[in-house]
Amino acid sequence: MDSQVSTFTTKKGLAQMLKGGVIMDVVTADHAKIAEEAGAVAVMALERVPADIRADGGVARMSAPELITEIMNSVSIPVMAKVRIGHFVEAQILEALEVDYIDESEVLTPADEAYHINKHQFKTPFVCGCRNLGEALRRIGEGAAMIRTKGEAGTGDVIEAVRHARTVFGEIKQLCNMPEEELMTFAKNIGAPFELVKETRELGQLPVVNFAAGGIATPADAALMMQLGVDGVFVGSGIFKAGNPAKRGEAIVKAVTHYNNPEILAEISRNLGEAMVGRNVSELEDNEHLADRGW
Amino acid sequence: MKESRPPFDLGRLKVGVLALQGSFQEHLAVLTGIGVQAVEVRLPDQIHDLDGIIIPGGESTTIGKLAVDFDLLEPLRNFGKKKAIWGTCAGAIFLSKDAHRNQPLLELMDITVDRNAFGRQIASFETELDIPALEVINSTPAPFPGIFIRAPLITAVEGEAEALAKLPDGRIVAARQGYLLATAFHPELSGDDRVHRYFLHLIQESSGR
Repeated sequence: MDSQVSTFTTKKGLAQMLKGGVIMDVVTADHAKIAEEAGAVAVMALERVPADIRADGGVARMSAPELITEIMNSVSIPVMAKVRIGHFVEAQILEALEVDYIDESEVLTPADEAYHINKHQFKTPFVCGCRNLGEALRRIGEGAAMIRTKGEAGTGDVIEAVRHARTVFGEIKQLCNMPEEELMTFAKNIGAPFELVKETRELGQLPVVNFAAGGIATPADAALMMQLGVDGVFVGSGIFKAGNPAKRGEAIVKAVTHYNNPEILAEISRNLGEAMVGRNVSELEDNEHLADRGW
Repeated sequence: MKESRPPFDLGRLKVGVLALQGSFQEHLAVLTGIGVQAVEVRLPDQIHDLDGIIIPGGESTTIGKLAVDFDLLEPLRNFGKKKAIWGTCAGAIFLSKDAHRNQPLLELMDITVDRNAFGRQIASFETELDIPALEVINSTPAPFPGIFIRAPLITAVEGEAEALAKLPDGRIVAARQGYLLATAFHPELSGDDRVHRYFLHLIQESSGR
């Protein structure tokens, strides 16, 4: 009996095991332990949360291997880490470190202005961001085993996450309802591989797990994204930039499980301390929009 | 492949899938495909009228914590003393009496598990498994597609518990104890519903029909 390691089924499968869960950004091993105790299904190991990347400016790169390794050694849940868009050598390094998932992320400064990483070449699965169905299916075509709708990371403003989730789900509905002869033109118009367009139509959903990310700061934000139809949420600055990260993290985890139960949501939203201050996306300068990175 | 007739009216069964976190929708889809009524379970008052419960794959630390926070540990333990429960991966860990780590467990099965026994995600794999117990579904069962994702191993099977499936090197990946079932792999991702049908068979036994 042959055994096959790192198939697309196992890559996509890990994301399926994360469904209904919260993936938290952490910058130290202590944060990672707080996240695990709060009920996170995975952590994203990075040097700075997006709010600090915005504040600091400069080039944002893959985190230092010693930090990622320290975080991997401190928790039993999966550890993810980010690489710059198109930076396949950063991805090779993360694979050598054996991180569980690689996020090819617009939050870091892009390394290639035309091409994303060929993710089929890696044993480690990838998650990528999208603003619409075409972008999601292009990333899956390149080998992404998980998708997250892009929000505006580091703002604490959920509006972009909502916009992009509504766009993706709206386009899928449109795709499912159109006559078959329109499929090829639809695929052409959204710039997506035809076979994946057909598969999405047959499934009535994306072929891989789809989380929300960017700007989620409260249990209500997380439940909002779940009710809109995503499979789980990434929370970045929203937890460790808040007054009481352990309590807020735990409340967001519960909100994702009980997203459809307003009585429980009301109860868990009490006494969480201060939320992150945040910035309105509408007040950002054009060059501050991270979600626009990626092609 | 010749399938035996459903042993009793499957449509009258009501199976709950613990929906705190993880691959619960995948399990619900398989059950619905077989023709069983399948419901999500998040709170204690959703358990009493069920014929069996599946605890899905996911993160066992998350599922355990939420089960404690929403007072599900005792109701699940009481359910498992009389009726059928099946845990896949994280669910198998949750059913065990010992996971070599301080985390909430149901301690219903006399098995010890080793979490992430094969290593990190990069070592996740697929392999074909011989599961002789599937004879109740097919008289000569074909190999079952085993999908192992950051999977645990069952390192000890004691008391009433028995091993149901092993890797070629003898390591245990499935076990049964009365009406309780634990699999280290993910039948809910495999497109093969025979382990689900086997679990329905355990439910039938537990109901004395």
